[in-house]
Amino acid sequence: MAKSKSRASNEINAGSMADIAFLLLIFFLVTTQISEDRGLLVKLPPWSTEPPPDLRLNSRNVWSVLVNANNELLVRGEPTDIKALRAKTKEFIANPRKEVDKSESPTKAIVSLKNDRGTKYETYLEVYNELQAAYNELWNEAAMKKFGKDYEFVSTTQKREIRDEIPLVLSEAEPTNFGEEK
Amino acid sequence: MSKFKKKKGNALPEMSTASLPDIVFMLLFFFMVVTKLRETEQKLTVFTPKATELTKLENKSLVSFIMIGRPTPKYQQIYGTKPRIQLGDKIANEDEIPLFLEKHKSGVPEGQQAGITTSLKIDGGVTMGIVTDVKTTLRKAGQLKINYSAGKKEE
Repeated sequence: MAKSKSRASNEINAGSMADIAFLLLIFFLVTTQISEDRGLLVKLPPWSTEPPPDLRLNSRNVWSVLVNANNELLVRGEPTDIKALRAKTKEFIANPRKEVDKSESPTKAIVSLKNDRGTKYETYLEVYNELQAAYNELWNEAAMKKFGKDYEFVSTTQKREIRDEIPLVLSEAEPTNFGEEK
Repeated sequence: MSKFKKKKGNALPEMSTASLPDIVFMLLFFFMVVTKLRETEQKLTVFTPKATELTKLENKSLVSFIMIGRPTPKYQQIYGTKPRIQLGDKIANEDEIPLFLEKHKSGVPEGQQAGITTSLKIDGGVTMGIVTDVKTTLRKAGQLKINYSAGKKEE
């Protein structure tokens, strides 16, 4: 009688449970990867077979950026260092000193990006990133000035207000066929 | 003496490890939920470039992936060394992209189909030629929301 009572009160040793769980945990830690799904969000223009409307653009409003097959950067025909691109683009869009060769107003500014088929994707993305960064910084500054907050934290209507003032106009031209990989 | 002994026994209670499995299981479930197993075999070498102006892709079910890169050494005999496109787990040509997009779209509830984003995982070393072709195909297929996958650049 006494014997059976003591048996019933025996607990199953749960000490090894931790080991098993640890084993599983380590297995998942090793085999899985936290996927970093981040990237540059881009909206492509819709496809149309009609030729684009022949717009007479004032050349002062166009900021033409070309990345050629040698991965060199030309801004308005002049070789430019990529490190200077962001600041120069910002200055072009905002034009704080009202210079005659820069955009009349942010709403009229057009950034035109062109590349060759032989341009390295890495370089292209770097340039795209800088142009996007120029806009992001301008939006941030506008949000700071108007609402005292970062662009990220202002409301959707406020964002729209800022984007109406400084619209993102980044047009990509059809690439030229230079340096196509054989 | 006996009184003394008793005290000593009380001072050394065994620490209960019964809650340890619970803690570990909690960790385990956390990792199981936040990570996902790589369900497709990668046949291309893809090292995405680094950038700063990144947006996080929120809803995974609304994202279709297209990879562009050179085949891994294992697959170079079959597919050569030129940059190729991988859709799902097979290497494909551009003309197969619309069907691939449509297949993914059919699995998404109708109300959310406008929010579908295509994530382009492109190797930094490939040239823009193939990228442009894919972009043109996407435009023709009406898939305009794209995302150039990139890592975070430390400044």
